[in-house]
Amino acid sequence: MYASLYVLKAFGVTLRRFVESYVDDLKWFLKGGFGKRYTPDALAVRQSPKGRGIFTVQYPAERLPLPERFRGFPFLVYDDETGKPLCTACGTCARVCPPQCIWIVRASHPETGKPLREPAEFHIDISICMNCGFCAEFCPFDAIKMGQEIEIATFERDGTLLWNQEKLLRPLSYHAQIHPTDYAQEQAKRKPKKKKA
Amino acid sequence: MTEVTPEPTNGLMAELQERFPGAAQPAPEPQEGLTIARDRLVEVATYLRDELGYAYLSNITSVDYPEGTNGLPPRFEVVYHLYQPTGGPLVLHVHADREDPAVPSLAPLFPSANFQEREAWDLMGIRFEGHPDLRRILLWEGFDGHPLRKDWHEPYYEEDHKPFSSRFPEGRPMPAEERTLLRRNLRYPPGWSPRDWRPMADTWGYTPHDEVAHQKNPTHPADRVVLNMGPHHPSTHGVLRLLVTLEGETIQKLEPMFGFLHRCHEKIGERNTWLANMPYTDRLDYVCSMSNNLGYAIAVEKLLDVEVPERAEYIRVIMAEFTRFLNHAVSIGFTGNDLGIYFTAMLYALEEREFILDLFEMTAGSRMMCNYMRFGGVAHDMTDEAVELARELAFERLPRFVDKLEAFLTDNELFRARTVDVGVLPPEQAIAYGCTGPLLRASGVPYDVRRAEPYSIYDQFDFDVVVGTNGDAYDRYLVRVGEMRQSLRILQQALNRLPGGPVMAGKKKATLKVPAGEAYGRIEAPKGEMGFYIISDGGPNPYRYHIRAPSFINLGVMGELCRGHLIADVVIILASIDITLGEVDR
Repeated sequence: MYASLYVLKAFGVTLRRFVESYVDDLKWFLKGGFGKRYTPDALAVRQSPKGRGIFTVQYPAERLPLPERFRGFPFLVYDDETGKPLCTACGTCARVCPPQCIWIVRASHPETGKPLREPAEFHIDISICMNCGFCAEFCPFDAIKMGQEIEIATFERDGTLLWNQEKLLRPLSYHAQIHPTDYAQEQAKRKPKKKKA
Repeated sequence: MTEVTPEPTNGLMAELQERFPGAAQPAPEPQEGLTIARDRLVEVATYLRDELGYAYLSNITSVDYPEGTNGLPPRFEVVYHLYQPTGGPLVLHVHADREDPAVPSLAPLFPSANFQEREAWDLMGIRFEGHPDLRRILLWEGFDGHPLRKDWHEPYYEEDHKPFSSRFPEGRPMPAEERTLLRRNLRYPPGWSPRDWRPMADTWGYTPHDEVAHQKNPTHPADRVVLNMGPHHPSTHGVLRLLVTLEGETIQKLEPMFGFLHRCHEKIGERNTWLANMPYTDRLDYVCSMSNNLGYAIAVEKLLDVEVPERAEYIRVIMAEFTRFLNHAVSIGFTGNDLGIYFTAMLYALEEREFILDLFEMTAGSRMMCNYMRFGGVAHDMTDEAVELARELAFERLPRFVDKLEAFLTDNELFRARTVDVGVLPPEQAIAYGCTGPLLRASGVPYDVRRAEPYSIYDQFDFDVVVGTNGDAYDRYLVRVGEMRQSLRILQQALNRLPGGPVMAGKKKATLKVPAGEAYGRIEAPKGEMGFYIISDGGPNPYRYHIRAPSFINLGVMGELCRGHLIADVVIILASIDITLGEVDR
């Protein structure tokens, strides 16, 4: 139609942005050559709100770190030493789960038939799970946590995403590694209890 | 500036009771508002609209009582929420027969009732006598029954309320599709067969258009064209079908048709426990899940009567305002994209959105499905790192972005040529159609729930209600930009004053019982007034859970806005209304 001053001004915005991208690249290049541009220090600034210009993360090759609170899919925690799950089969997670994708069979004593404080079977239908994190939030024993695995797409539909206990279990050390703050808080809470006992 | 009007006092009730003796009575406890006699509803509503200024029919919903309560027989209830344009809610209840429910329609008086009454007919099966076009709106006509009735069960029906007893302690997994096999999960109305069904037949919306098409030139109806825009059209931002009758390139009639994303959110909500609805609200308007969370939390807190700690209130406001900023940025970006010439604006907006989403992810654990608010607070505290990021964004980065966006679009001739005087909405019409949000304010009506009925701690912040003058697509853009600046103002105040302390009142409870009663919690969501109408019977699940979705009701004015415009303007008008289909279809 017609172009004029304000359209040119808009072009200016884009042009400035374009130049800024290269100026930024150059700045990091001058700080230490090609390698310096993609070091964690550089990425921490360039991908933060302080960064200027365009900066692309080449996804499958490069990944942004996930924050600690990120909610992926739930996993069950087991003790590294004893190898036993922390879960006591209290059923809180199955009750609070909004899409009702958690199935638990409570173990019972083989002779007396009395219910035991451990699960015999534990299933989560990951294809129904809506990543709300209620199970981890309300678990009184810190036995279920939200993991950080996100690339779980499969080609099949039947049963591959219905995870059983074996597939859900992760060691406590893994939980400590991906959720350091959360783990520290839990330990701090647990210690005084042990002393009392 | 909007004045805060006090809640309707007994004076108003007394006045109505005096004027309509026997027809208007206070609703029995624990309900709010008035019970109106069915046959005099139109009379009362006319009086309220014309004499008392209750011109704004915000919300219509219906409740099923298959068993008598409150000493009343089994019945349906239709619930109306009316406002004066300056605030002041008034709740009306109308009872309908359980066997053959029929209520006089308010659509001739309030155009905003049109879509909402169709929704009530579709989902609850209440006939609105005198409604001009009472068809199903969200479901198709091969659907059997009315799903929100308490005696209606879905194909995968397991139990009335969650948690299902099959999950614990003997929880052997049983996928729903094994319980009800595919092909057996379908049910048609009696006497209805998919083979005889003709989607082109008169029930499917072509008839009214044919009438229009034949009006001018009955001998040559071909000079008008009926065009389907969507359901898969890039500018509809989802699956929305627009049925357009054209004369040349000029629109004679336009009708939005939707329901493609319908999942009967309200029925799911009645099955769920109170808390379990929180992550479901994320999925309503998936662009601004924090606002949805806030609306639901506020509605339930009204019944629970809990005090939210101060820090939690501040965090809520911070999150809600970031959401508003994010929504408006994306909305403006996509408007540019729909114009076909400004892909850049959209990418710039999405880049800023990424940072806000990073903040949400850091705080709540998820980028879009935040699930962050709880009754009586928020789920997690904001970490120092998150506060740092929020400050960086609110004080440095986002103001710079708004300036850049304005330099890009505001005075741009090409942008103005496509948006100025397109889709003009006069203020009276905006109110009559129940429009809210930037759509209403661009028409010059200074109505903002944050001012009209302050919730959370919005009364402690300085901000202006941005209004437009012409009510066209360009003014809606300007209002959105203005609101982004006001959001930043609120954010800066909130971040400067962010107090310490707990973020949750009491202990988090997995199962909670909500006292019996009804509540309507509303907030100013980025797209307009978002209302949650909930009824509790004192149990662990909601008895009724209705959402007043701003996109759904704003879409009602779409046909009116497009009339007389060119077909190319439809995308701009749609983008300027700013809808999310997840919320329209629910």
